[in-house]
Amino acid sequence: MQISGAQMVIEALIAEGVDTVFGYPGGAIMNVYDEIYKQDNFQHILTRHEQAAVHAAEGYSKVSGKVGVAMITSGPGFTNAVTGLADAYMDSIPLVVISGQVPMSLIGTDAFQEIDAVGISRSCTKHNYLVTNASDLPRVLKEAFHIAATGRPGPVHVDIPKDVTAEIAEFDYSIKVDLETYKPHVKGNPRQIKKAIEAIANAKRPVFYLGGGIINANAAYEVRDLVHKTGIPAVETFMARGTLSHDDDLLIGMLGMHGSYAANMAMSETDLVIGLGARFDDRVTGKLSEFAKNAGVIHVDIDPASISKLVHANYPIVGDVKNVVNEILDSVSKINADKYEGWRETIENFEELHPLAYHEDTDRIKPQWVIERVGQLLGDDANISTDVGQHQMWSGQFYPFSRPRQFISSGGLGTMGFGFPAAIGVKAAMPEKTSINFTGDGSILMNCQELMTAVEKKLPVINIILNNNYLGMVRQWQTLFYDKRHSETDLSVQPDFVKLSEAFGGIGYRVKTKEEFDAALKDAVEKNIVAFIEVIVERLENVLPMVPSGGSLFNMMLLEKKEK
Amino acid sequence: MTEISERRVISVIVINESSVLSRITDLFSARGYNITSLTVAPIPETKYSRLTIVTSGSVRVIEQITKQLHKLIPVLRVYEHADLVEKEMAMIKFPVTENITEISTLCEAYNGKIVNVGENVIIVMVTDEPKRVENFLKVIKRYNPKEIVRSGAVALER
Repeated sequence: MQISGAQMVIEALIAEGVDTVFGYPGGAIMNVYDEIYKQDNFQHILTRHEQAAVHAAEGYSKVSGKVGVAMITSGPGFTNAVTGLADAYMDSIPLVVISGQVPMSLIGTDAFQEIDAVGISRSCTKHNYLVTNASDLPRVLKEAFHIAATGRPGPVHVDIPKDVTAEIAEFDYSIKVDLETYKPHVKGNPRQIKKAIEAIANAKRPVFYLGGGIINANAAYEVRDLVHKTGIPAVETFMARGTLSHDDDLLIGMLGMHGSYAANMAMSETDLVIGLGARFDDRVTGKLSEFAKNAGVIHVDIDPASISKLVHANYPIVGDVKNVVNEILDSVSKINADKYEGWRETIENFEELHPLAYHEDTDRIKPQWVIERVGQLLGDDANISTDVGQHQMWSGQFYPFSRPRQFISSGGLGTMGFGFPAAIGVKAAMPEKTSINFTGDGSILMNCQELMTAVEKKLPVINIILNNNYLGMVRQWQTLFYDKRHSETDLSVQPDFVKLSEAFGGIGYRVKTKEEFDAALKDAVEKNIVAFIEVIVERLENVLPMVPSGGSLFNMMLLEKKEK
Repeated sequence: MTEISERRVISVIVINESSVLSRITDLFSARGYNITSLTVAPIPETKYSRLTIVTSGSVRVIEQITKQLHKLIPVLRVYEHADLVEKEMAMIKFPVTENITEISTLCEAYNGKIVNVGENVIIVMVTDEPKRVENFLKVIKRYNPKEIVRSGAVALER
């Protein structure tokens, strides 16, 4: 079939089963947009900023497990999208991002809207391509989808000059991907697995350390089986929330900088860390030399470079976590229920000593209450996105997640402005669930133009703005470590969030009491339209527990106890 | 013990395509690794090129470098050499007024010779192990070399 490069892009997207593309047109990508206009195989969602297009594709991908697709133009269109690429790269989200480029004849001439896009995206993508011939496009697009979704997933960027999208060439998408230099290890080494199983059998105080790779690998239910079969308690990273259900007896909680006391203490006292799809991030480990100091480490990861990067693995297993967990499940015998009784008691004591909690000791609503309350009211019926900051950590701590892919947040890069567009992508992929975005008064302004996208496309995301008139997380650090010098974090001057939402055709609520909040949430869910619920919360609440940056996990700042 | 920084030679076989060299060098700069020298040339009658990278780092860093290199899509193989034959070439320009006989004799001791004689300058080349090349360059300082160019190391496993 002889077709243009632009038509090839459409045909490839159709062949890949893409049903939604997020994007923003512009000069260099116009040929492709012309073909989008002519087709009705997939929907195109016009975001109001290229960064939002990529975040929406991320949200779409995270909730559905499919490859997210975003399309943008050259120059500023591309540079706006870079934050999204970097975010997806850090959190291993499979995306294909297609950008227009100036025609081949103009590359290198500082042409209008020209930028060395592949030069910029090289360090924040899994792979990238500058396509110089239309005849390469079928292969490149097929490889792009393959690379994005396999191995450790990640974003792939395809830059296509305008004349290449106009060029006519042969299109045959039945070609096989043949990359002799790219063959991810998916099957774990049986000898290593056997050794790991022996280590598990010999451990007295083992802990599962569950990471976001489990979610990426669709392995959460296998991991649940493994945890229950072995009776070994588990901690989750922020990115792994929902792997185990919140009410699972063996779930200790989230670990790390804002992890629970019990989770961090279990990690400090364990004699065997069983790491599954986790990467020992600095926000998780705290001071490396003190992390799980007396423990052996089993580390299962699809990315060999993640293994022993920061913490030495005694039992390294390179492979797809789903395969490896299934292998372990087959060989591990059901462990005597009493085996870890003492160890679990120790952990329960940690939990009783310092449970994850907050004090309702002020007139204002506590932000944690809002998250707990949404959990009570919506629970499993909502998909939860967040922006970045205090509200994000409270969401990780207090929302009762019950399933994988329920929680969508920017973990690695920590991108403010991620939440709302991501929630739009989430809603587009899974319209039957309520899409909640927990956000702050700082973060929401970083992509609030997406109100227009959500209203236009009838994607009723409910944004719950925990408004403390501060850039709260930075304020917290300034309070604790900069002698309360709140440099440039006081956000007393603010827009009217209710009017802001209304101006775009959404609905807005401003609530100060619990009753008002319940009523607002109920109303927003019933009306099923795009909403801002601004909750006036306690200004100076801190996220606790907290392991100060670089400190040891067992040295936590804890919530002060109150006499009852 | 693992934190001692050592000199290491890494060979990388890559698909010979545009921007592959930037992918490699970007990886080094982005992760704060050093490149002491780098040579690259196509492998005859294949679609691959071979890079020889001389770098330094602790055992842990070198392990990360090889793993990260391997993660790059166009990289076929990464060899971290232990037992290898390593050679480097250097060319040096001297004024003809220097003692050419002595220079020539020295060159011979380092697998080299005079390769060009001009009106004002001579050019010599030596090919030897990088350490010996280093030594040669020290020795010939007294003959006032005007220009020195080193090729960087190439290496093959024994």
